[in-house]
Amino acid sequence: MGEFGYFEHDADIGIAGFGKTIEEAFVSAAQALFSIQSDLSEIRPTRKVSVAFSEEDIEYALVTWLNRLVFEAQSEKLAFSVFSLKRQGNLWEGEAEGEPWNDAMTRGVEVKGATLTGLSVKKDGEKWEARCIVDV
Amino acid sequence: MDIKKLKMITPCSWEARGAKLFGSAPLIAEMDEKVLEQIANVAGLPGLVGQAMTMPDAHWGYGFPIGGVAAFDAGEGGIISAGGVGFDISCGIRCMRTNLDLKDIEPVTKNLADALYRNIPAGVGEEGSIRLSVSELDEVMLGGAKWAVESGYGTAQDLEYVEERGKIAGAVPESVSMHAKHRQLGEMGTLGSGNHYLEIQVVDRIFDAEAAKAYGLEIGKLLVSIHCGSRGLGHQIGTDYLVFLAKAARRLGITLPDRELACAPINSPEGQQYLGAMHAAINVALANRQILAHLTRQTFSRILPGSVLETLFDVSHNTCKIEKHRVEGRERILHIHRKGATRAFPPHHPDLPERYRAVGQPVIIGGSMGTGSYIFAGNAGNPAFASASHGAGRAMSRNQALKRWNGRELINMLAGQGILIRTRSMRGAAEEAPGAYKDVDRVAEDTECANLARRVAHLSPKICVKG
Repeated sequence: MGEFGYFEHDADIGIAGFGKTIEEAFVSAAQALFSIQSDLSEIRPTRKVSVAFSEEDIEYALVTWLNRLVFEAQSEKLAFSVFSLKRQGNLWEGEAEGEPWNDAMTRGVEVKGATLTGLSVKKDGEKWEARCIVDV
Repeated sequence: MDIKKLKMITPCSWEARGAKLFGSAPLIAEMDEKVLEQIANVAGLPGLVGQAMTMPDAHWGYGFPIGGVAAFDAGEGGIISAGGVGFDISCGIRCMRTNLDLKDIEPVTKNLADALYRNIPAGVGEEGSIRLSVSELDEVMLGGAKWAVESGYGTAQDLEYVEERGKIAGAVPESVSMHAKHRQLGEMGTLGSGNHYLEIQVVDRIFDAEAAKAYGLEIGKLLVSIHCGSRGLGHQIGTDYLVFLAKAARRLGITLPDRELACAPINSPEGQQYLGAMHAAINVALANRQILAHLTRQTFSRILPGSVLETLFDVSHNTCKIEKHRVEGRERILHIHRKGATRAFPPHHPDLPERYRAVGQPVIIGGSMGTGSYIFAGNAGNPAFASASHGAGRAMSRNQALKRWNGRELINMLAGQGILIRTRSMRGAAEEAPGAYKDVDRVAEDTECANLARRVAHLSPKICVKG
């Protein structure tokens, strides 16, 4: 599990993912987002989906990455727990693994989408931080 | 918020940085400084008419503050903003009056709560029983609640008491992405999560006897309120158009102090595209609440044969609508953004159903699950483009609420007060703790003090199904 945390927002929830690379920080941000919806330790990686997109702006890339995962999870009714992401120039290719929702899973709250508010992707010392506010 | 930064206009309205904030000094002082920052940003957008405004329940949002109202004139370069509507497009409340008293449900309260919990899909990961094809969904986007009634969910009489008579014009399904459509295929007739709810409430105070009579409200009678929106389709339209309009604004030379204000001129192809998609989402939200009303009636009729649930009103609070307003003596067609604000048409407005025309539009202000809600009536002379508050408004972040309350303990405590909560999410219950919200009574008093609307009745919760 990557390093992630949350920051304050009155109506919704701020998420922050950290990593040695931008891709690692994005994966950690995905873990932060999906931990709002469920307990990731309860979810078995039995189904895998792929996402790919092109984006030159790294901040828009974070929002696009998170929102593509939200779309895949909701349209397929899946709970995700494992994420990976690769970047080649402006092309981003990622995967998410999880399983269909079942009654035994802990239910958190549904994330509607990642917003452009509080959005930043920056390097602080040796570590990248990717953050934004998600609407719940 | 440092109230010294504001100029007091009346005891319940204040001005600063091109914006007007409604509410008494104590409520304004409790708001985060970011509310002023965000509404001042809105005040700087092109083509604004009058002032950008916040309602008494305002709190820090994204782009616009929640509780933000702003009017734009397309003919004067006015913009339309996805951030001024939000992700949950046309989120709102369907309120139904019943022929039941509290004593009628007392023998079956637990059964009723359990049956509603079983029959109303609620919470993350839950699917509805209706599965649509993409072409059927196109019909929903065009037909709204009217589509739902024609498909067997509810009655034609319901439509009389739904905004826009259940169907808004101007929806363009072609402006809605396939992602948005796919996200909605299993979502019709679902409640959602977060602050959404289905609540059984009892009328325990009447403030305005004439309006209460027109609305069919009596002390001791039960109401049903359903709070939800356009579900996955609306969320995906918000997602798609935030980035699309943020990039369009940059290309069109509109400088945005916050990217989340993502906007385009109303009369631009980008603005019109968003408008068509957003109107499609409004119709989906109206259809969704119509289906949920039908599912609720089915549940009631099984547990309480002979029960009658009539739509009192259905009104949204996350929209941008094209309306006529008189500004400085001149009638103008304006695009009114209401993000966490309820439309509140005055008495004699031509769009009101005949039954309510003499007293004004019902305005539904949903409180927290432990405190209560209000029915208001729209007033003549409303100073905010016929807008009013929409809820209690959060006073505390979800993170802070999670640290302070335990969901199970909270549910047990409320049960001790005679309020049954049914939810799959203990996290959600904690985040929605009554103590995490502003004092709804204060919000109600200030809404009236600012002449945004007048109190008609107070409702106390008895059963609450949460997502």
